[in-house]
Amino acid sequence: MSAISEPALQVPAAPKSNGYWTTVGRRLLRDKLSVLCGSILLAILLAALFAPWLGVADPYQGSMIRRLRPVGTPNYILGTDELGRDMLARLIYGGRLSLLTGILPVFLAFIVGTTLGLIAGYAGGKLNTIIMRTVDVFFAFPSVLLAIAISGALGAGILNSIVSLTIVFIPQITRVAESVTTGVRNRDFVEAARASGADTLTIMRVHMLGNVLGPIFVYATGLISVSMILASGLSFLGLGTKPPEPEWGLMLNTLRTAIYANPVVAALPGVMIFAVSICFNLLSDGLRSAMDIRN
Amino acid sequence: MTNIVEVRNLHVRFSGERTVHAVNDVSLSVAEGEVLGLLGESGSGKSVTLRALLRLLPKARTTISGTIKVAGQDVLALGEQKLSAFRGQTASMIFQEPGLALDPVYTIGDQIAESVVRHKGVSKSDAMARALQMLDVVRIPSAKRRLESYPHEMSGGMRQRAMIALALACEPKVLLADEPTTALDATVQIQILLLLRELQREFGMSVIFVTHDIGVAIEICDRVAVMYAGQIVETGTMREIVRSPLHPYPKGLLASTVHGAERGSRLGTIPGAPPSLSTAPDSCSFAPRCSNAQPRCVEQLPPTVQIGPERIVRCVLAESAA
Repeated sequence: MSAISEPALQVPAAPKSNGYWTTVGRRLLRDKLSVLCGSILLAILLAALFAPWLGVADPYQGSMIRRLRPVGTPNYILGTDELGRDMLARLIYGGRLSLLTGILPVFLAFIVGTTLGLIAGYAGGKLNTIIMRTVDVFFAFPSVLLAIAISGALGAGILNSIVSLTIVFIPQITRVAESVTTGVRNRDFVEAARASGADTLTIMRVHMLGNVLGPIFVYATGLISVSMILASGLSFLGLGTKPPEPEWGLMLNTLRTAIYANPVVAALPGVMIFAVSICFNLLSDGLRSAMDIRN
Repeated sequence: MTNIVEVRNLHVRFSGERTVHAVNDVSLSVAEGEVLGLLGESGSGKSVTLRALLRLLPKARTTISGTIKVAGQDVLALGEQKLSAFRGQTASMIFQEPGLALDPVYTIGDQIAESVVRHKGVSKSDAMARALQMLDVVRIPSAKRRLESYPHEMSGGMRQRAMIALALACEPKVLLADEPTTALDATVQIQILLLLRELQREFGMSVIFVTHDIGVAIEICDRVAVMYAGQIVETGTMREIVRSPLHPYPKGLLASTVHGAERGSRLGTIPGAPPSLSTAPDSCSFAPRCSNAQPRCVEQLPPTVQIGPERIVRCVLAESAA
């Protein structure tokens, strides 16, 4: 094989280089599991976004005479809940809030945490100590407890639960960002950049950010599933979404009473949470290996 | 000839968990268009001297004294902004590992253009044109495409060419080369050396070339300063040092190379190991390994003996030659 490929190596013409992200995308598309997870997530996301145009029933309209119909009932493919509302419609509409509370806190924490971690990692010394020890304080509490405590203090509501989840994730992302930054800071190319006259701001903006963004992004993708589960937990405890809004965690809570009457229907919101979070996790894994081109 | 680099009595000390006197009383000068080699083994202070010239050493843990003048500027007194302008434009540097010294997430073109935009204040597209021109100058084949290549898509020699293009893009007066050929294999090594020599003539710049390889130094240097334990022990033209070294350390170095050695005979070695640099030297640092050591070598610092206009030896043995 090498006998065939060796003459090809002599050809000086350089292959046309694609951008880094194009290459990552192409590698990701070759991974079947990632493609599958990505498509499931995309389908759920699109369904949630375009719910009003999908022709499903009104998710708020209940009926006392057709409560807790099993899965497969005509007109109610996924059955009805304890108030006789169409489960399919509620699961689709529920995705709106559930995905929002899954993605938004992570996104906000990604911005804040990356900034903090980058500063702490690059500056080092006293500034690092101040930022990282403050962050460590948050690690003293389990994240579920912290989310409940902050949510409880701020009061129930979607906005407050998003704020509390953001606060929960900032320390974790800061920690990762700081350790990646510290690793990159002492690499030769940073010194080379300084030797060619780059000031601190340029080095941080161009060379540090460019190199730490990837790993942090992968880590943050993995956090989306955690965020969804935590948000569902908050709703379950009555700290997030309020009834009658459809949201998977809250639905799980209200259907709890029907677990013996109709266990399959009662489990459906849990299945959605599970499916979405495992898809995010697998996609994050796929992304990690797809981005690992340079080594 | 005017000297573009003037270093006088440079001391560099690292403090921290343990103190290291990395550079002790180094004075050197480089004329315009001259290539000076800094020769010495690992830990002899060559790279530290080079980094001190660009003030790249970590501020908190380093104490630098002495004077460093490059192109008339007092490097140690430059403010942050002036220093940024100085690095890359007046003096720039190429590194040992081009694979590590290039940012892996940006294309070669972007990295060269970034430096050009910063120093020349031109537009991005003009900077890209300059980058393309530089890749041609360092003879990278199909330069236009290589502009969009990432460092990991190139071979070691190609990366070092790209690194040289980056360093020379703003036409610095002084190029500092920190063992730029050490990480390359022998055939590529000679190509890079020839390229550097050619570019040095073409651009008319001065070069300080750090290496531990006498063979490499012979290829490129006009003048050599041999360093040992943070001091320059002998300075002279390449020819003088190779033909008639006076200090026992360069003598030992030359005896340990294969050049001109007879087949079957053992190569000479220097017994012992370099001294720890935890205290500033108060006697000859080489004396414990020197076969010609005299009592006064361990009692006081060796004399600085000026032999010719460019020839300085720090050894008692040179006194008779003067």
